[in-house]
Amino acid sequence: MSAAASVPMMVRLPAWRARLALLALLAAFVVLAGRSVYLQSVKTGFLQEKGEARYARVLEVPATRGRILDRNGEALAISTPVKSVWAIPEDVHASRAQLKALAGLLQMNERELARKLSEDERDFVYLKRQISPETAMRVAELGIPGLHQQNEYRRYYPGGETMAHVIGFTGVDDVGQEGIELAQQPLLGGVAGSRRVIRDRLGQVVEDLESIRAAQDGTDLTLALDSKIQNLAFGALRTGVEANRAKAGAIVALDVRTGEVLALANLPSYNPNNRARLSGAQLRNRVMTDSFEPGSTLKPFTVALALELGRITPQTRIQTAPGTLTIANYTIHDAHPGGLMSVAQVIQKSSNVGAAKIALGLPREEMHDMFKRVGFGAAPRLGFPGEGAGRVREAKTWRPIEQATMAYGHGISVTLIQLARAYTVFARDGQLAPLSLLKTGAPAQGERVFAPEVAREVREMLESVVQPGGTAPRARVMGWRVGGKTGTAHKQENGGYAANKYVASFVGFAPVSDPRLVIAVMIDEPSAGQYYGGVVAAPVFAQVMQGALRLMGVPYDAPLEPLELPGADDDAKEST
Amino acid sequence: MAKLNLLLLLVLVVCALGLVTSQHRSRKLFSELEREQERSRALDVEFGQLQLEASTWGLHSRVEKIATGALGMRAPDPRRVRMIEPRKDAPQP
Repeated sequence: MSAAASVPMMVRLPAWRARLALLALLAAFVVLAGRSVYLQSVKTGFLQEKGEARYARVLEVPATRGRILDRNGEALAISTPVKSVWAIPEDVHASRAQLKALAGLLQMNERELARKLSEDERDFVYLKRQISPETAMRVAELGIPGLHQQNEYRRYYPGGETMAHVIGFTGVDDVGQEGIELAQQPLLGGVAGSRRVIRDRLGQVVEDLESIRAAQDGTDLTLALDSKIQNLAFGALRTGVEANRAKAGAIVALDVRTGEVLALANLPSYNPNNRARLSGAQLRNRVMTDSFEPGSTLKPFTVALALELGRITPQTRIQTAPGTLTIANYTIHDAHPGGLMSVAQVIQKSSNVGAAKIALGLPREEMHDMFKRVGFGAAPRLGFPGEGAGRVREAKTWRPIEQATMAYGHGISVTLIQLARAYTVFARDGQLAPLSLLKTGAPAQGERVFAPEVAREVREMLESVVQPGGTAPRARVMGWRVGGKTGTAHKQENGGYAANKYVASFVGFAPVSDPRLVIAVMIDEPSAGQYYGGVVAAPVFAQVMQGALRLMGVPYDAPLEPLELPGADDDAKEST
Repeated sequence: MAKLNLLLLLVLVVCALGLVTSQHRSRKLFSELEREQERSRALDVEFGQLQLEASTWGLHSRVEKIATGALGMRAPDPRRVRMIEPRKDAPQP
């Protein structure tokens, strides 16, 4: 040190070295400043996100599925939370006793449980879906590692098989698969939301950062269905189908004023709460999807059109003797040949020859047009999955014989709901009611098809059908005037008609003085000996009509006298 | 000058403490709100389950079975029912 001090500074360092050092320091500062500017401005979003991720969590906010109610507010379908148990097989370490207890709680076979838990290559195995919250709690208390639970919703249907075909059901993921559940999925389902929150050390939510999407619960749906009438209809239909050992049956009841569907039932049915063994036949909603040849139930439409066009009057007499009519090699038969008949008698006795003769006097375009206007040949657009349209062929392809057979409902096919709806034309003084599966509660305006006088005349004729001498005295009910028409048609098979398979039907309304209710009944392949609509389907109609009118509090319009029902031997009174 | 600074420092400290307490209180209130919301959801669920139970017990087929079976009730004969017309000036239900 002393040496250096004593020696004068002889060495002059070059000036650039100092500058270099200064520059290096400066460059380092510039780099640091640049980096900080970069982090602060360009990358700030990313970094803040990363920071937030340490404490903020996005939570799913589930939406509850809307309830389905009947017109009186009774619950027909409700979702309630359940738990599903799943496992990561690798992580599960349980003692024998624990496994035994678990199997017991989940109501599973121990061996099956062991098999599920030994699938090592899988990371995720559902052990059991949709168990009750109580069971789930007891499963959790077993304290087995690797077992997890998740919240789910399960749909319950208190009405069971009675309502199955209207309401349908949801799948395991709570999404509609059939019926109203499927048709109204967007409305019922709602939208699950999510929100971002701050969670503390204990996992409790301490602050709401933002609601990313508000959860929208599904809307409750009020159906037009009246569960009392529905229950009545289902019970009566079951009695009718069982008594006649039929393959299937269907019934639908419409409110004449509002066009609401008050009841709709099918057999065979199923329990939507337990769908373990389900066949296609059980699932089928015959009222909506199956079209069939309606048979004589179409005669009133032919007659109404002829009256409307002035081709006949109620006083016109039609010669139906000798009970057959041959057109181009095809012969139309009457089951019970009559002679000179009035128009009302053609309906009352259900004469095929009479109806055919009336139809042959009508322009085929007019007839085709009328079928279209009462709603045949087009789906009723109720917003129901799989609605059938039936079939009405183009008028220009009709040959005379086809026009004649269509007059009594052959060569044309309709669904039961179309048929019931078409009868509202007579019940509403000529107006076709627009249908609704949802409750509207207000009188509906419909399209006019026939003049009011014509509709009233046909209504009187239809009343004569249930009177002594008609084809369906069994359709009468005590206290109310009833009108309707029977139908018995051979079933179509392999392009022809099956000789001994029938579809028996009855469509009618009451009270005749001011109709409130239209009910259509269809019994498929009755095989207990009787197959006429007036014997097989009419009693079902009468039972439901009687109960429903009483439930609706409709005033009597007929004297209260006991009905004289025909004996069992007095049955075969109708043609097809 | 120094006095003013000291005063401002004091005000700052008080404000800071106030902020901390209010934040704490807001979080406490929030978790309470959260709990209440959870409770309301649970009550909703219970309501649904009770409704389900009510409609199961009140099934028409069950009511009918009990009424006709256990209680021996039956629908009245139409001849014994008298219909009452609502008065025109009566208020609609």
